[in-house]
Amino acid sequence: MELLCPAGNLASLKSAIQAGADAVYLGLKDDTNARSFAGLNFTPDKLQEAAEFTQARGKKIFLTLNTFPKPTEEHRWYQAIDLAAKLGMDALIIADISLLDYAHTHYPQLPLHLSVQASATNLGALNFYKEAFNIARVVLPRVLSMKQVRDLAKVSPVDLEVFAFGSLCIMAEGRCHLSSYVTGQSPNTGGSCSPAKHVRWQEEGQDRLTRLNDVLIDKSTLDEQMGYPVVCKGRYLTDEQDSPSYLLESPTSLNTLSLIPELAKAGIVSLKIEGRQRSPAYVEQVTKVWRQAIDTYLQHPDKFQTQSHWEQALAKVSEGQITTLGAYERNWQ
Amino acid sequence: MNISLGPLLYCWQKQQVSDFYQQVAASNIPLVYLGEAVCSRRRELKWGDYLELAQMLKQAGKDVVISTLALIEAPSEYTELKRQVDNGEFIIEANDMAAVYLAKEHKLPFVCGASINNYNRASLDILARFGMQRFVMPIELSKAWLGQVIQDKPAFEVEVLGHGYLPLAHSARCFTARHKQLTKDSCETICRQYSKGLLAQTQEQQPLLRLNGIQTQSAACLDLRSELADMEQMGVDVFRVSPSSMECIANASALVDSINTPSALQSNTVPLSAEQCNGYWFGEAGLTMQLSE
Repeated sequence: MELLCPAGNLASLKSAIQAGADAVYLGLKDDTNARSFAGLNFTPDKLQEAAEFTQARGKKIFLTLNTFPKPTEEHRWYQAIDLAAKLGMDALIIADISLLDYAHTHYPQLPLHLSVQASATNLGALNFYKEAFNIARVVLPRVLSMKQVRDLAKVSPVDLEVFAFGSLCIMAEGRCHLSSYVTGQSPNTGGSCSPAKHVRWQEEGQDRLTRLNDVLIDKSTLDEQMGYPVVCKGRYLTDEQDSPSYLLESPTSLNTLSLIPELAKAGIVSLKIEGRQRSPAYVEQVTKVWRQAIDTYLQHPDKFQTQSHWEQALAKVSEGQITTLGAYERNWQ
Repeated sequence: MNISLGPLLYCWQKQQVSDFYQQVAASNIPLVYLGEAVCSRRRELKWGDYLELAQMLKQAGKDVVISTLALIEAPSEYTELKRQVDNGEFIIEANDMAAVYLAKEHKLPFVCGASINNYNRASLDILARFGMQRFVMPIELSKAWLGQVIQDKPAFEVEVLGHGYLPLAHSARCFTARHKQLTKDSCETICRQYSKGLLAQTQEQQPLLRLNGIQTQSAACLDLRSELADMEQMGVDVFRVSPSSMECIANASALVDSINTPSALQSNTVPLSAEQCNGYWFGEAGLTMQLSE
């Protein structure tokens, strides 16, 4: 079972590899990937440096091209594929079918991973992408229960990768328009969810107001620790409730340490850590814990138990400091 | 240009649904999509019931398309989808790639729904090779985007959601059940209580979202009726009305009339919602209301 870690820059990438990642994923410094934040990501030169560093240590490097080409600008995405092939990336993570088609046609030897942004959650969708573009792997959206993951793994024509830890998207990824509804920008079109330039915090007496493009998505006390503001984790009112509540989800992170045995038995090939936008310190901390946990499991698969110091170390870097199993656990749904 | 009626996205009682489609059958609306597109736990109508309604509408002279689920997770949902695609009579609206796959396998033409990610012409042309006859534009895209994409006349038709609440997202979680402190597995189909979804407002009483089971919709109602002539001119083939009440039938009928008699548009359209939006069409945040150019 591969441990796949995020790299927002070279420092994070080195932290991940040194802390025990089997593979890293990263994006170019433009809107060809859905973590297009200022100060993040790699120029072509840095990408080459990253590839050399990673592969010299026997680890793998995947380039994320998980946005959708814009009309008249498609060539920038095609160029990114050409660059990835030239630099010898170990795989491309792609959502758009025209890009899958381009990569499959021009570089049939270059493994393709279907991005979570393609929102493929069932056998029919996986068959489609396998037969049309010969994808090698799919990254499953965070909407399936553990049982559904198991069922799909039994029949899947491709390898399965799942999200193991990090921020929790609660919607079928790649098809969520909440961000663009409020800000005009979405991961699919503008390169990120809830872009920072639309976020504004205001202090009003004892309250902190969190606004996204002027829409009030939360009101908290000044000492409450809040996660990054997104529409799905705001507190809202209905006619049936007097006080505001997290109608969709509270600011929690996904943590599946306790599921390692089940995921391994299901045949999941890769565990993904979310967080290309996070610091090298986060990447190092999370990678270390997950390395230890996976190794502990592999040594004695029947005796695996999560350790409290692992959980504590992960809780410290989690959004809102609360973690959940998310949709893997049926009752969450 | 045609006017279509999208599938009912809410969980109405069987009799209501039946009454609704009887009225549709008697209307001048030429193109009707129907079927459960949101949640497989809704069992007010079974597949056989939808098929009967589809046949009734066909006999009334309508073009009928079977809409399929947007989020397919359980093997049982995939099995049900196979049955729907292989119905032998009606084409389907694919709202997930699984439906595209099955239609392609059976060499059947299909409509590609708005919940499938299509953001450029190259992707659309690939789907057209696989049998896509018509494409419904993803809701967050704009007039400018569409203009670029269909500059060279495509081999497929183009449909745009023009009126109704916007389906913004789908989740494994049922938000309506959660609001009622129920789990999804024992949801009691509680979404039946909300014929247009459950309104969620910000703490400043700004209507923001509409919880419709596992689907999250816009609180505001998309209204692009003023853009109808513009759409026709740029080559849009179908303008979709997504129904949320019986009144939507009259609204869609008025639009059908207005295509033949443009002056009818202003006088016959009923404002169906105080909160309206059209931002996406103009390349802005979806919830905004832009003035027509």
